[in-house]
Amino acid sequence: MTAVRLQAFARQAATILVTLFGLLILTFAIGRLMPVDPVRAIVGEEADQATYQAVYQKLGMDRPVYEQFFRYVGDIARGDFGTSVRTGRPVIDDIASVLPATIELATIAILCGAGLGIPLGILAAVRRNKPTDHIIRFVTLLGHSMPIFWTGMIGLIIFYATLDWVGGGGRVSDYNVGIVDERTGFLLIDALLAGDWEVFWDGVNHLILPASILGYSSMAYITRMTRSFMLDQLNQEYITTARVKGLSTARTIWKHAFANIRVQLVTIIALAYGGLLEGAVLIETVFSWPGFGQYMTNNMLVGDMNAVMTCVLIVGVIFIALNLLSDLLYKIFDPRTR
Amino acid sequence: MAKLSVTLDGAALPAARRTTPLTRLGSTLAHLWRDPSSGFAMVVIAILLLTALFGPFLASHDPILVDLPNALKPPSAANWFGTDELGRDIYSRIVYGSRITLFIIFLVSIIVGPIGLIIGATSGYFGGWVDTAMMRVTDIFLSFPSLILCLAFVAALGAGLENAIVAIALTSWPPIARLARAETLTFRNADYISASRMQGASNLRIIIKSIMPMCIPSVLVRITLSMASVILTAAGLGFLGLGAQPPLPEWGAMIATGRNYMLDSWWVVTFPGVAILLVSLAFNLLGDGLRDVLDPKKH
Repeated sequence: MTAVRLQAFARQAATILVTLFGLLILTFAIGRLMPVDPVRAIVGEEADQATYQAVYQKLGMDRPVYEQFFRYVGDIARGDFGTSVRTGRPVIDDIASVLPATIELATIAILCGAGLGIPLGILAAVRRNKPTDHIIRFVTLLGHSMPIFWTGMIGLIIFYATLDWVGGGGRVSDYNVGIVDERTGFLLIDALLAGDWEVFWDGVNHLILPASILGYSSMAYITRMTRSFMLDQLNQEYITTARVKGLSTARTIWKHAFANIRVQLVTIIALAYGGLLEGAVLIETVFSWPGFGQYMTNNMLVGDMNAVMTCVLIVGVIFIALNLLSDLLYKIFDPRTR
Repeated sequence: MAKLSVTLDGAALPAARRTTPLTRLGSTLAHLWRDPSSGFAMVVIAILLLTALFGPFLASHDPILVDLPNALKPPSAANWFGTDELGRDIYSRIVYGSRITLFIIFLVSIIVGPIGLIIGATSGYFGGWVDTAMMRVTDIFLSFPSLILCLAFVAALGAGLENAIVAIALTSWPPIARLARAETLTFRNADYISASRMQGASNLRIIIKSIMPMCIPSVLVRITLSMASVILTAAGLGFLGLGAQPPLPEWGAMIATGRNYMLDSWWVVTFPGVAILLVSLAFNLLGDGLRDVLDPKKH
């Protein structure tokens, strides 16, 4: 038994390593394709030939491609992701300081998306092919079809400019920036730790619109999957048995059918969470949200390739980690996979 | 006995396949037409095609003509959707923008289809380490959200409409390769494949002549299913300033420039966004309809 497990574990570890290695090849290749001359980016336009050559050699650009690649992998293995040309700081430090803002946004967004998507999916499955089902399908599909940056702007026009219900761009209003100490990087948690309720509510006020728009876009996927998982369960005989025994509809749905799809749902939510990173790139631009997405696009526009490629690499790693996590949760919670 | 049934399955498959999507196109379309949401989707896509085709006749103004005295005018009888910050007519720009949208859809499809087909069919046909290696590569591409990978490619290739299209194509072939591979696996051992191999056909010939044509219908359906996300990604790249460049009336880029004026002039961002929404909704609805019609569980 343990031997089998160990083998399965080794196989999985090998798969992850291969995928990671592929990821590195990809980012390295894209980095080399970049029309921006990395040496020029460091020495500037006016540097003389000697300086240029010196940096050229220091970067190892005169070595063969495969040597450059191993050097790149080696640097990353040692935790050296290079320096951002734009900020002059190590890229990884930059990313560590912007990531919490995005995680905060994405977490609230997934709570909105799953909190609404799962009940709607169950309702749609129970009322299959009835008007309720069609309406839910349309509403969620609409969220899936909207260009998210546009939804963000329309949201700002309606709820910020016209109704003045929510805050505008940024994580807090200008006069609240830097009031609370940055301990975790998560603004809401920092405000709570500092006991500053004003900043906390201001933060919530700014977070609610981008998070719900981001959540709406992931709701379509969550609802659709919940509906189809639920339909699979509702068509099975144990549900009929439960009904024949005289269990109420609500009890059958929640105690029997829902209990059986919980594990699948966790997997779906983990994947949807990763997908939110994509939406975050766009929504952060609209809401001037100082997070990972904005960092990535800003660096892209100035051609800071160390920063951009590290961002891509990190997204890839997060995706692999989420896939792994969902696999793991499946194994832990689903007794059939043991 | 087991062996016999395998052969029978193999023999039965091609026959069954003959009645799938492409050859049944007429009845599939009729089926879709009867479903209200797919019908709506088909109408929207037809309107998009007609708008692109007859653009010059439908547009009321020159889409790139700057008319500063008329800048940021709200919708009126003269400018149905208002004017932008340079006084250009937004309605006319949207009409011309439909051509760019179609251009993107068309180019992405003709790049992605063959790439996916070749990789999927080769991988499925040869099996073994070729299959493992190719599917690993596919998985690596799949392990990224498409927009992020697109951003990386555009950063490498440089901003612009053509590069954006190439980037989108480079990131959207994996699901198609997966599908083509799965299809290939179902008939790689079929009798007609063995027959052509015994007649001395080369592997290349078998893949091109006997395998790829069989995958085409489902690949076409899969491309339709991913069209909505292609449109949204293209618009997203345009919005970030990495796709179509001004003064091209690409819808995403129109929203990006309108962003600076949106709080006072809502129409500048609203109408191009509605256009994107309608087209991507149409493709999503059509995809849903197609999935229902072609779902084997339903028949």
